[in-house]
Amino acid sequence: MSGPWPAATQLAVSTLQVGGVLVGGPLLLGLTRKVKARLEGRTGPPVRQPWRDLRKLAGRERTRPEQASWIFPLAPLVLVATALVVAAGAPLVAVNPAFGTSADLFAVVYLLLLGSVALALAGLDTGTAFGGMGASRALTIGAVAEPALLVAVLALSIPARSSNLPAIVSSSLAHPIWLASPQRLLALGAFLIVVLAENGRLPVDNPGTHLELTMIHEAMVLEYAGPDLALVTLGESARLVVLLGLLANLFAPWGIATRPGAATLAVGAVTVVAKVGALGVGLAVFEVFMAKLRLFRVPELLSGAFVLAVLAVVVALVVP
Amino acid sequence: MFLSIMRLGGVVEMARRLRNRPETIRATPPAPGPAAAAARRLRGSLQLRHVDAGSCNGCELEIGGTFSPVYDAERFGLRLEASPRHADGLLVTGPVTRNMAGPLRRTLEAVPRPAVVVTVGDCAAGCGVFRGGYGVEGAVGDVVDVDLHIPGCPPDPAAITAALRGLAGR
Repeated sequence: MSGPWPAATQLAVSTLQVGGVLVGGPLLLGLTRKVKARLEGRTGPPVRQPWRDLRKLAGRERTRPEQASWIFPLAPLVLVATALVVAAGAPLVAVNPAFGTSADLFAVVYLLLLGSVALALAGLDTGTAFGGMGASRALTIGAVAEPALLVAVLALSIPARSSNLPAIVSSSLAHPIWLASPQRLLALGAFLIVVLAENGRLPVDNPGTHLELTMIHEAMVLEYAGPDLALVTLGESARLVVLLGLLANLFAPWGIATRPGAATLAVGAVTVVAKVGALGVGLAVFEVFMAKLRLFRVPELLSGAFVLAVLAVVVALVVP
Repeated sequence: MFLSIMRLGGVVEMARRLRNRPETIRATPPAPGPAAAAARRLRGSLQLRHVDAGSCNGCELEIGGTFSPVYDAERFGLRLEASPRHADGLLVTGPVTRNMAGPLRRTLEAVPRPAVVVTVGDCAAGCGVFRGGYGVEGAVGDVVDVDLHIPGCPPDPAAITAALRGLAGR
């Protein structure tokens, strides 16, 4: 890290990141839908359609299943809150946001896991067959995906000698040759698969289908209505932005602000938006070409990601 | 080898679609609906849960066409949802059969208030050729309150899109 930053700048960076993730998440969803529609020969809804949907949902009635406990209304809040806490400290725009010292790799991975677990509990809490089925599937996938994510980022933390994400990013900026090292590429493979699994994208889950028997994520949120559903959508999209932003900056950190200053921060903000946008377009193109994997094959894919991540750690330890 | 050829063909097809304009045709302008209040509330975003209360599936074909690449109703913020909880109302087709009267009422109960009910096709309004059938409870209007009716046997996708756009105010 390049010395201590003024506290006000750090706070401004964190605020910018939280605000950007919150506003940009639904826009990213809109962008992926637009790209997919165009590739399918449709016109597709405008990019800001998800925001229209959220605005409408915010004004609708909030329903609650008869059997549901306090977990059901709490889960969407936990989902949004965990994603935003990660957004506040993650190295997205600059390497030194206000909560950057707490943006530890373990903290980030388990904060995201906390959001998934909250949603899975809420799915169980509804007392419906689909809620329980979705929760069981999501946790089956989560149980394999989280360790793969953790070990993949661990491989990056070995050369940086720190599990702090901003430190990992700034050390790889200082040694760009590390970015092309074998452990980076192995970890990148693992990270890509986990990002798809964690966000319920193809080939793990199909965000565009409403077919009850195949859905994983949507099965857990079938009972949410109005503002709660808006929060779930917001939380899920914030999570996608955070994970894509981390992916971009851990593996291609160029452009991120390493020194305080309006110009460097502006460059950092523009590059991270461009990177996440490009990854979103890439995700949409990938999804148009992909079929969904059979559910029982998904753990095989994720075990593959885990093996890649373990190999990355082994290589990182052997090749200093 | 075969797989890679298939993939390559897919890439060429995608490139062609990107180069050409989308296959979507120009939509007919939104039909002025009776529900101006709903349009103000929905503001360009309308999600419906489809309930087939006993239709011959002719209307279902046209509803499928409404969301196909050619008519692409999704570009106006219209979508069909899997859960009535996620929906702003119901899209009901067919005369209501005795077996579907209860499920139709319960689905409407599950929709958060205020809920709109849109009926598609002549059967939904007057039971059509099924009028007086031993399994028919009645028209949709006899079971739940209907806000908007789209006439036709079956109505074509352009008419369905125009009516729903009028409801969504877009």
